[in-house]
Amino acid sequence: MGHTPSDTIAVVGAGVMGRSITALALGRGVHVVLVDVSEEVLGNARAEIAQQLRHGQFMGAFPGSPAPGTLTTTQSTSEVADAAVVIEAITEDASLKARVMADISSTVPAGVPLITNTSGIPIAELAKSVQRPAELAGVHFMNPAYLIEMVEVIRGPQTGDDAMAAILSVLERLGKKTVVVRDAPGFVTSRLLHPMINEAARVVAEGTASVEAVDRLMHGCLGHPTGPLRTADLIGLDNLADALRLLAERTGNLTFEPCELLMEKVRRGDLGRKTGRGFYDYGKVLS
Amino acid sequence: MSMDQAVTAEGIEQAITEFVSGRVKAEVPADEDLFASGLVSSMFAMELVVHLEQAFSVQILGDDLKRDNFRTVQAMTALVARLRGVEQPADA
Repeated sequence: MGHTPSDTIAVVGAGVMGRSITALALGRGVHVVLVDVSEEVLGNARAEIAQQLRHGQFMGAFPGSPAPGTLTTTQSTSEVADAAVVIEAITEDASLKARVMADISSTVPAGVPLITNTSGIPIAELAKSVQRPAELAGVHFMNPAYLIEMVEVIRGPQTGDDAMAAILSVLERLGKKTVVVRDAPGFVTSRLLHPMINEAARVVAEGTASVEAVDRLMHGCLGHPTGPLRTADLIGLDNLADALRLLAERTGNLTFEPCELLMEKVRRGDLGRKTGRGFYDYGKVLS
Repeated sequence: MSMDQAVTAEGIEQAITEFVSGRVKAEVPADEDLFASGLVSSMFAMELVVHLEQAFSVQILGDDLKRDNFRTVQAMTALVARLRGVEQPADA
């Protein structure tokens, strides 16, 4: 109501990344239409996003303290039609993403760029499902999106200049620094980070060092901000296993297959911070 | 209600110290700068906010929601004590 289209973005998928991206936009004064198939997930998302906005404010992530954007939650993708840009942030499952991208693409008018938030699915692959491949690009947001300053932008082989310019301008509006890379499985950050996390878990499983020791070494000796296993807990171990499998399938490198310790944690439901336990124990889940 | 009456500045400080040291698995002196020492990450910082609100039935809003109020156990104790109207030494 009364919002000019350029003030509104749409986010499809209200999981870990969809929430965090929504909080980023709201904190920067941009309105968000958040779509998910589950009313229950949307309810939980509203509560968590409110908390994330406080977190962002607490950490000084929203300079100038603009009035927060308004959040609209809906189960219908038809409500994304008026957005300046649509960010797809559903589960890291290539066929599911392809289906959702096709649905979004048939809903939004020409000229509205589509962003897929993926940690490693090639953009060229998803471009096959959309009506206007020139208007699709990838943006790999890091979690929490409202705190981490930089994003990895992936220009697919078919991505057009207009869409790139529009997407970079939206990201600038959201206060993000960007590095644009070419399309490949895992792009740059996941291609490097995910196998490192997988190896870190193997090191622990082989008894070479404890979880804490691995992270302390990577932090203290190599300057990694938290250590790979703490990062894994923040990413979510289920997502990490999905991303590693995608990387193994698409590069043919079988050492990228998620290791046994990682899979065991996923089977037990110890998915990291979001469930209260992963490689570390976080006590009660942040509510 | 009986719990409320038992809340003193020392009690608050003790409870916060227990929570923080339990989570960072280290001794935490009340005046240690938790952010500078790297004991508290940006993620744990927010858990601290939520924990204090729930444990002490307070709401931490607006200008109170800043890192300086959470930098040390002492600072958190002073914040909670103020929000609960607990008497505290003038130099706290």
